[in-house]
Amino acid sequence: MSASSAPAQHNKTRIPFYRDTRVLAVLIQAVFAVFVVVFFVWLFGNMFGNLDTLGITDFQQPFFRVEQVNGKTSLSPWFRFLYSSAGFDILDTPISYTRQDPYLRALAVGIVNTIRVGVIGIILSTLLGVLTGVARLSSNWLLSKIALAYIEVIRNTPLLVQLFFWYFAGLLALPRLRTGEEITAVILPGPIYMTNRGIAMPWIRGTPTTGQWALFVVAAIALAWLVSFILKRQEEKRQRSLRRSTWTFLTFFAVAAIGWFVLPVQPLRIEQPVVADTGFGFVGGLTILPQLTALVFGLVIYTGAFIAEIVRAGIQAVPKGQTEAARALGLRNAQMLRLIILPQALRIIIPPMTSQYLNLVKNSSLATAVAYPELFQISGTILNQTGRAVQVIIIVMLSYLAFSLIISAFLNWYNKRVQLVER
Amino acid sequence: MRKSYLIIVSLLLVAAMLVTACGAASTPEADQSSQPAPAEQAPAEQAPADSAPAESAAQEQPAGKSTLETVKERGKLVCGVNQAVPGFGYLTPEGDFEGFDVDACKAVAAAVLGDANAVEYRALTAQDRFPALANGEIDLLSRNTTWTMSRDTSLGFDFTVITFYDGQGMMVRKADNIKSLQDLEGASICVQTGTTTELNLADQMAAAGVTYTPVVFQDAPSTVKAYEEGQCDAFTTDKSGLVSQFAVLANPDEHEIMDVTLSKEPLGPVVRHGDNQWKDIVTWTLFSLIAGEEWGITSQNIDEFMTSEEPEVKRLLGVEGDLGTGTGISNDFAYQAIKQVGNYGEIYDRHLAVEPFNLARAQNALYTDGGLMYSPPFR
Ligand SMILES: N[C@@H](CCC(=O)N[C@@H](CS)C(=O)NCC(=O)O)C(=O)O
Repeated sequence: MSASSAPAQHNKTRIPFYRDTRVLAVLIQAVFAVFVVVFFVWLFGNMFGNLDTLGITDFQQPFFRVEQVNGKTSLSPWFRFLYSSAGFDILDTPISYTRQDPYLRALAVGIVNTIRVGVIGIILSTLLGVLTGVARLSSNWLLSKIALAYIEVIRNTPLLVQLFFWYFAGLLALPRLRTGEEITAVILPGPIYMTNRGIAMPWIRGTPTTGQWALFVVAAIALAWLVSFILKRQEEKRQRSLRRSTWTFLTFFAVAAIGWFVLPVQPLRIEQPVVADTGFGFVGGLTILPQLTALVFGLVIYTGAFIAEIVRAGIQAVPKGQTEAARALGLRNAQMLRLIILPQALRIIIPPMTSQYLNLVKNSSLATAVAYPELFQISGTILNQTGRAVQVIIIVMLSYLAFSLIISAFLNWYNKRVQLVER
Repeated sequence: MRKSYLIIVSLLLVAAMLVTACGAASTPEADQSSQPAPAEQAPAEQAPADSAPAESAAQEQPAGKSTLETVKERGKLVCGVNQAVPGFGYLTPEGDFEGFDVDACKAVAAAVLGDANAVEYRALTAQDRFPALANGEIDLLSRNTTWTMSRDTSLGFDFTVITFYDGQGMMVRKADNIKSLQDLEGASICVQTGTTTELNLADQMAAAGVTYTPVVFQDAPSTVKAYEEGQCDAFTTDKSGLVSQFAVLANPDEHEIMDVTLSKEPLGPVVRHGDNQWKDIVTWTLFSLIAGEEWGITSQNIDEFMTSEEPEVKRLLGVEGDLGTGTGISNDFAYQAIKQVGNYGEIYDRHLAVEPFNLARAQNALYTDGGLMYSPPFR
């Protein structure tokens, strides 16, 4: 600053370094860095010392050393324990898993479950949030107040409490499947069984001919695409509509249907849930676990409330002139929202939305409260059975970090696409 | 956004560097002596000031100091216990810890510090207990912990005395009429994580060829609640734990413990591996409680035994010899433990032979009564 007001002279007398802000800034940073490094080295030193006394020598080995553990190749002695067999069973295993599989496999189950909860949660909470956010601004008094009440109640109570509520008061309040010798479940037509053991419903299952039918479906897609391509050209040539989409769809449907009837066995069938002999569970059909339901429900309702506020703010931030202009053009309400307001609001909405998505995924680690085996629950079990706290925590942190980076990278990319390009 | 990436990435790098740097060093001492190195990059005057306190602090760490010294200096024993297992480790509404396992802490405090109440309790779930013991947060873990080889070896602990011989059981509803594991086909079973229980369950169900759904919780109250609410058809843990939870159930009459034992569960207090003196102290304090019962020495009549002519009783109570001082504690450690807390039988009767548990001594009777409780000689 002083350089501009007081020229030459100042530049010649050298300022002592301890009064030079540039040097000081660097110095302070350096001191801070040293402090941080020393602190961490001290912490880790301590930890290694403690582990050493316990006779746990993992960290004294080199990080990289390829070796065989239980017939599997382990890259690092630090993580050798991951190749021992886990020994415990897991409630929900989207990928094949038995108790004889290594801990590594159990971790993979946890990661897949977390991704599953994250993806379902993000999609549903976005839908809920957008609807509520729009409802909040609705001119319908009741609708707007209901939305407000939902947002305020949910945003101002802890998620953990809400999860307990959905789990214990919501899902477990459903009747047991069987009490004594009697079936006590609520049975809806379908049949859909509503029980505290989950909701069991009929589900589509493959048969031996499913694979062959899949070939027909592929062929159907190819043909439909071909029809669409040819019709498009003709339409351009003749300058009139030839009902391209109708024909495309019909082609697809016809080929798929031919396959369905030509095959000796129906390629897909509907499987009904049947109460097991012991009356404790279901055989067949699809059972949605109450643990998963409670977790997804809790996360969606919670995150949805925050997203609703973001959407509301985003919509309100679109200048009023835009609405007026849309009205002047004679657009209907729904058209105005879809064509004018939301696209502009989207630009404002996406950045804060990213952090809600990140929160949702991180919050899924509260699943332990409702006994759902996602990454955090399973790694907790592994930590305890193996005593390898440091390694397990490193893995868990890196996994969540990876989830977060992927989500924000994706949304940043999307954000770039929807931003106005200045010309 | 860009900036935050940079920060995250650089933080990670720093963390990774730290981890690898420390890992490469072969011993913790080497780590500490190599500390000042990074400081050299900083201005000279700053370096000594910064690294000196860190180094001296590092030397003060428990790693270098024996548990006995730490406990004596603190004047209190820090003991990890249960808070939700009535009869064994239970936090009363008044805020006191009570139970069979809690009394083991008291006995050790009486032996080491002369005061059974010089204990600071830490309530620990099955999942929290091992990290708490490993990192020195507690001196002693007395919380229905099963002695297994991996815990003793690769987890870095030492088991002292088996104070309760147990086995894993299964609680079910009477109305469900479940008699064998096979009757549990397709059932949901509530179990607590971080236990031997969840591993035994997996083993035994696989061996019986029964498929089931494990519903896993982190603490006893949630596990029991989920079972009670009907989330699970059965609830499994050590039989002692099951009996204990009857005290918590709203309608205990509707439930029963199946006549099946899934495993052996020898339970007892645990210490960190590597401090043999401390392990000896805890072990022999606990043995002294059993020896007390063998000789009929109780908290009431112990003073009469001080004049006993029996040489082993004299050595046990510290009237003769130097068994206590030889271990680094006072010679009357056993006297203090039995006097203030009671002998093994008294402790058992006080907490477990009462309503609503009424646990028979069975395997936990003295060997002279056909049980497994047996103290090596005090000599
Ligand atoms: N003995 C077994 C199980 C011990 C255990 O933690 N049992 C449970 C079930 S009763 C318990 O005490 N929970 C009390 C709590 O976590 O609050 C072991 O050492 O792994």
